[in-house]
Amino acid sequence: MPDGQFMNLHRLAPEVVLCLFGMIVMAVDPFVGAARKRTLGWLALVGAVLALASVHVANHFPGPAYSDLIHADSFSMFLHVVILSAVVMAIFGSLDYLDQENIQRSEYYALVLFAAAGMGILAGANELVTAFVGLEISSIATYVLVGFRRRSPVSNEASLKYFLLGSFATAFFLYGIAMVYGVTGTTRIEDVQVALNEAVTSGGHVPALAILGLGLILVGLGFKVVVSPFQIYAPDVYEGAPTPVTALLASGPKVATFAIMIRIFYVSFSAAQGYWFWAVCVCAVLTMLIGNLGALMQTNVKRMLAYSSIAHAGYILVAFAASTALGVAAVLFYLAAYVFMKVGAFVIITHLGQQDEKRLLIQDYSGLASKQPVVAACFSLFLLSLLGLPATGGFVGKFFAFQAALGVSRRALVLLVVIAAINTIIGAYYYLRVIITMYFQAPHRDYAPTPVPAAVAIALVIAAAGTLYLGILPSRVWDLAQTAAGSLFPH
Amino acid sequence: MGTQGYLLTVITFLPLFSVGAVLLLRSDDQIWIRRIALAASLAEFAVSLLLLRGFDSANPEYQFVERHAWIGESIQYHLGVDGISLFLVLLTTFLTPIAILCSWESIHENVKGFFVALLLIETAMIGVFVSLDLFLFFVFWELTLIPMYFMIGMWGHDRRIYAAVKFILYTMFGSILMLVAIVWLYGKAGTFDFPDILALMQSGQLVFPPTTELLMFGAFFLAFAIKVPLFPLHTWLPDAHTEAPTAGSVILAGVMLKLGTYGILRFCLPLFPEAAHRMAQPIAVLAIIGIVYGALVATVQTDLKRLVAYTSVSHLGFVVLGIFAFNTVAIQGAIFQMLSHGVSTGALFLGVGMLYDRRHTFEIKQYGGLATPMPVLMSFFLFISLSSLALPPLNGFVGEFLILIGTFQTHHAWASWASSGAVLSAIYLLWAYQRVALGEVTVEKNKTLPDASTRERIILATVAVAILFLGIASPLFTRRMEVSVNNVLEQTSGSRNASRPVVAPTAPGVAATIPHRALPAVAELQVRP
Repeated sequence: MPDGQFMNLHRLAPEVVLCLFGMIVMAVDPFVGAARKRTLGWLALVGAVLALASVHVANHFPGPAYSDLIHADSFSMFLHVVILSAVVMAIFGSLDYLDQENIQRSEYYALVLFAAAGMGILAGANELVTAFVGLEISSIATYVLVGFRRRSPVSNEASLKYFLLGSFATAFFLYGIAMVYGVTGTTRIEDVQVALNEAVTSGGHVPALAILGLGLILVGLGFKVVVSPFQIYAPDVYEGAPTPVTALLASGPKVATFAIMIRIFYVSFSAAQGYWFWAVCVCAVLTMLIGNLGALMQTNVKRMLAYSSIAHAGYILVAFAASTALGVAAVLFYLAAYVFMKVGAFVIITHLGQQDEKRLLIQDYSGLASKQPVVAACFSLFLLSLLGLPATGGFVGKFFAFQAALGVSRRALVLLVVIAAINTIIGAYYYLRVIITMYFQAPHRDYAPTPVPAAVAIALVIAAAGTLYLGILPSRVWDLAQTAAGSLFPH
Repeated sequence: MGTQGYLLTVITFLPLFSVGAVLLLRSDDQIWIRRIALAASLAEFAVSLLLLRGFDSANPEYQFVERHAWIGESIQYHLGVDGISLFLVLLTTFLTPIAILCSWESIHENVKGFFVALLLIETAMIGVFVSLDLFLFFVFWELTLIPMYFMIGMWGHDRRIYAAVKFILYTMFGSILMLVAIVWLYGKAGTFDFPDILALMQSGQLVFPPTTELLMFGAFFLAFAIKVPLFPLHTWLPDAHTEAPTAGSVILAGVMLKLGTYGILRFCLPLFPEAAHRMAQPIAVLAIIGIVYGALVATVQTDLKRLVAYTSVSHLGFVVLGIFAFNTVAIQGAIFQMLSHGVSTGALFLGVGMLYDRRHTFEIKQYGGLATPMPVLMSFFLFISLSSLALPPLNGFVGEFLILIGTFQTHHAWASWASSGAVLSAIYLLWAYQRVALGEVTVEKNKTLPDASTRERIILATVAVAILFLGIASPLFTRRMEVSVNNVLEQTSGSRNASRPVVAPTAPGVAATIPHRALPAVAELQVRP
């Protein structure tokens, strides 16, 4: 083979760039004065953008890398773009936040880049232990990031909580992998599929131990994508984390974990579809209900958005439950749309929170529209997209999800879609409540708006443009999502 | 096609482009914001009149059709009008400049946002009427909500937030289930294209089992019935109408309610003919309850704007009744009633709004004897009230008469019950007029109220001319609807036997027609009493 190791590097180009820049940021740190640490943020940004560009390189050399541990297929590439877009927006949103909180440090950016690399590996992993490594890389980086406001007890509490429960969840995942290995004698995604199919043809059913393993994997991954009943930690952690980190947390790991979930459930465990279908359906219903009802009660915007991201995981599971290539495409499109609107919303909260994140109550936003009309309009756009109104990415995502689920003639799925539809209405109430506060109520007298810094403005422009583009001209991305989904099913 | 190729796109998106122009202005430049919005909406009306010139009333097909791929292969940008949607588009473009003109002085805060919202609503509403792709239709359908929500919530009266939330939650609840039904329909038909789906159904390639059809019909109908609003789903309406600013009420009552009845006629009937026939009886009963209940509740209102709001429940009941009578005359009447209600009730809200601008109250008690200080305004008010209570030869009469005549042919009882609504409308409107305008001036402040200004006279005169024109020249409208209405009826009869023969007498100024297919021998028959 003429390509060998060199080709492997090409296929892993985004991760290589991310890690390289992560290390450069750390190495350069001692030479940068305390007042100019912000420069490191720009350096990290360059790294993230270059990584985004290098997806193009990886895309040119599709195929397996490192003895088939990693797959550089269009599925992985699509998710790389989504994850890295989230990372870029999150870094833009962090620059001024860190200044304002007085925690402008190189570690922050390095950890963000390393976390992104972990998510990238997770998106491309074609082997369970590799997936575990990717999951751990991204998790450990985010544990630290969540506690990055060291002087804030809330942030510390969140970090500890996330770390303890997160380790527990990854242990479940690892245990599941062990069981799957015990049954099939392999950890490669496709080999597991072949082994299970053989077991079904010879034994008539999927071995019970494999189902148990799948159940444990579902617990571990369900924790990371924040699916009920494994969601308990999420509101506290999302609320306690520095807001730009929450933006990253709510987008990146969710996207990456859904990627490996799709590979494991759709490919490895395609023989066990009859089992996991019901588990996914139950999780979807619980997730939507708990997310939306929880959000309904909140007075804190950050916490409300945390619950809303739980609810969105539920909508994604509706498409996931479809168990078809169309379902995978719908999940991918939804993730893309979700990342732009969610990160956009969190970036706005970051900006409006002001120092020490003290303005986070819905009431703090009253009359915002008259003081900062553009910010209010952007926030409304993201909220309406999260709610799923037409001309936004959120709507088209939900639409494709419904379409995928209803494309399979199954009564349970029709019911699931109807439940999702009713949940949308519950969602309407709390999203619109924020808009009411911003537009229909009188402004606070003592509120002095801080002008929008350039970096935040860029993040918002990217997020708003993405949301509108996916809402009005979704054709191209939808085609890509379908190609990406197709690459999982070679036949 | 030629130059007309993009006419519908231009009509649909012209207001959106003028939104761009308005956004470029400084927000304190109120005069130019108003002027540009008005100019844009007038231009829009002028352009929309071109539709009349190119419209072929003998052609049962959709006209001015535009069709382009949009998302993948299954979702298209597919526009077209027929005799049903044509006049609803014109109604929208006619009422928008009036709504802009009537908010000329009453809107002071955030003027820019207000006119942006108004123009956005116009684009969305026209989009609903001209969309022939179910996905596109749904997009426009939902897009009407948000600007109206802002309009009620930001520029409304005291309880505006409550009304805005109620309005949007109610309507979204209906429409999200319709979305599920639309997507489900796609799963069966493989396309979102409305004419294609109908063609599939007619060729027998797409057949729904009765229960499924009923569920789908229910999902669509619920969305439309909430919008209409059909009793007992009407409770959002009095709040939204009363709390909205005048322009909002005009647009809400004038056009937005018709999105519901239009949707029933355009989609519910042809897509689910069997279910529509099965459900006709209960729906008609609800419509009749709405007619009578709306009228009775309107009678006892002490709030003038709420009174006018309840008249919509009553009048739209007629429209729904006419649609579910399943004959040409009644459906023509229903469409005509949509137009005439749009103009008359819009005009009533204009009049109420003008009173509010002077006294800042809707309490009927606060008025009385207003004909003395403001003879011009009150004369117009009387004229509008008479049109709304269906006095011949004004517009209201034509619609109600056609509906009752048409319904009577198929269902004597329905028509008899519904006609009580016509009597009640005379009671509540004339009584309200009496309390507001006639007698001595009871409140000291009212003695010095100024009469209609030039701007108000222009508005009221335009509306009055429209009322008279609709009433006298009704054949100009009904003739253009006829072929399309027959087309819908044919699709709705589906596998059923040909619809029952209908003999339609004609009133003065009313051109009633008979389904050609049903009675070929007497197709040209015109009975004169």
